[in-house]
Amino acid sequence: MKKLGFSKAAYWLTISFLFFPLVVLAFYSFNASPGFTFTGFSTRWYEALFSASRESKSLWNSVANSVIIALSSASIATIIGTLGAVAIHWYKFPWKRYVQALSFVPVVLPEIIIGVSVLIFFASIIRLELGMFSILIAHISFTLPFVMLMVGARLSEFDDSVLEAARDLGAKEHQVLLRVILPIASPGIFSGFLMAVTLSLEDFVVTQFVRGPNSETLPLYIYKMVKKTIPMEISALSVLLVIATVVLVFSVRNLMKYFVKGT
Amino acid sequence: MKKQAGVWYSLPLFAWVTLFFLIPIGMVLLYSVLSRGNFGGVKAELSLDGFAALGNPAFLKTVGITLLIALVSTVLTILVALPASYYIARTKNNLTLLVLVIIPFWVNFLIRVFAWMAVLGREGFVNDLLRWTGLTQEPIQFLFNIGAVIIVHVYTYLPFAILPLYATIEKFDFGLLEAARDLGADHLTSLKKILLPNIRGGIITAILFTFIPILGSYAISDLVGGKDGYMLGNSIAYYIGKANNWPRASAIAVVLTLITSLGLMVYFLLNRSQQKTLVEEEVK
Repeated sequence: MKKLGFSKAAYWLTISFLFFPLVVLAFYSFNASPGFTFTGFSTRWYEALFSASRESKSLWNSVANSVIIALSSASIATIIGTLGAVAIHWYKFPWKRYVQALSFVPVVLPEIIIGVSVLIFFASIIRLELGMFSILIAHISFTLPFVMLMVGARLSEFDDSVLEAARDLGAKEHQVLLRVILPIASPGIFSGFLMAVTLSLEDFVVTQFVRGPNSETLPLYIYKMVKKTIPMEISALSVLLVIATVVLVFSVRNLMKYFVKGT
Repeated sequence: MKKQAGVWYSLPLFAWVTLFFLIPIGMVLLYSVLSRGNFGGVKAELSLDGFAALGNPAFLKTVGITLLIALVSTVLTILVALPASYYIARTKNNLTLLVLVIIPFWVNFLIRVFAWMAVLGREGFVNDLLRWTGLTQEPIQFLFNIGAVIIVHVYTYLPFAILPLYATIEKFDFGLLEAARDLGADHLTSLKKILLPNIRGGIITAILFTFIPILGSYAISDLVGGKDGYMLGNSIAYYIGKANNWPRASAIAVVLTLITSLGLMVYFLLNRSQQKTLVEEEVK
């Protein structure tokens, strides 16, 4: 065990490397002057976040857009992805290999290719104005394979004898789906949905390509501000986001525990 | 009855991947061989102009820099990730240690890049510190060069390397290391000859998870790269946006896809050869 000295040091160095820039940012979020030269303590950037200024209004507007896109794209991706994973795992159908091969394209191709291709598609074939709708489509597309991976991983823990048993006992196909498959898959569906929400909230590259006027998401807003100035409010916001995420993750964990106990 | 259900369940997915994956990617291929429209977009005339300009030195330099950044960042990421994941795999409370790796990634990606700007900028933490200790009078610009791009990439992709590495090291039978040492191998030799070959699959996956996304990376080089750190992704964004030359953007996207596919092919070949050697060893 004494041999772990080097790797232990390496691990804690890595952790400090990962936390260091965030701690620095949190430190400057209490800076009295704008910019990253510390002049004194103040909470003015936190106050600015909640002021009635135009800036903070468009910030909260982008937060709202991000949440709307994340929840709706994750819901649709979860429905399509779950049904698809169930079909691939337990059923036969003619276009199986085609669907299997194509659905994982977004996992292996760089994000920027997905962004460009959806943009060209929207601009030339559908000829629809870019905006919330094109962002929604793009987000469903790149989160879909991750939902399928999560649900698929859960389904592979079971074999199809459970389905056969249900059918032998006279269950109709829709009953097999609703009463057997979905309950079995529910932990996978849940984690797939959470993953999709996270990926959607995080995304900048794809969204940047398929955005339109009045459809700014939080990452797009942050990008715009970082390009323009040194947005001190963003550092205050990131501190609040970290706190909110930690609270959320722990309550989701407790919620999951509750559900697992419930079943 | 059973067959029909499968058709119904897979139908939405079938429609989605055809409409939103296959057709759009086909469009990119098509656009790359069309000519540029007068007011943006394309004209329905075949042309290889999009690809023609890819031979010029400026573009080749961009390809070179992209490969360099991806290569150096990947090697550094793996070198940092290996000992860290080894430590996680060998300790008892590895879940806590893993969560510690992941927590910084609950912060939005752009905020993490911004945080690095707060660290490295002309007006930033390092300069603040240097001035405060009296080491420098004039601020130094640490941003807007290849080095900054590499640091932020390593930072961003570390967990993507640590997770697969941890997963394979965790399954490794550490008794083998002790056996090697009992037979007279020193610590380093036993790690090199016993551990590394056995976790090759994890290392290859970690390389794949870092190298390929970095090839197509765009936001990091855009924010901290400046002129020197200009990558293929920036080039695509430039031709789609400001330059309004969609055939050129599509051609670059095709090149990027080809480089990526090459990387994937190497991955599958390596993986297959690894499985083969494992099987051979078992047969022996």
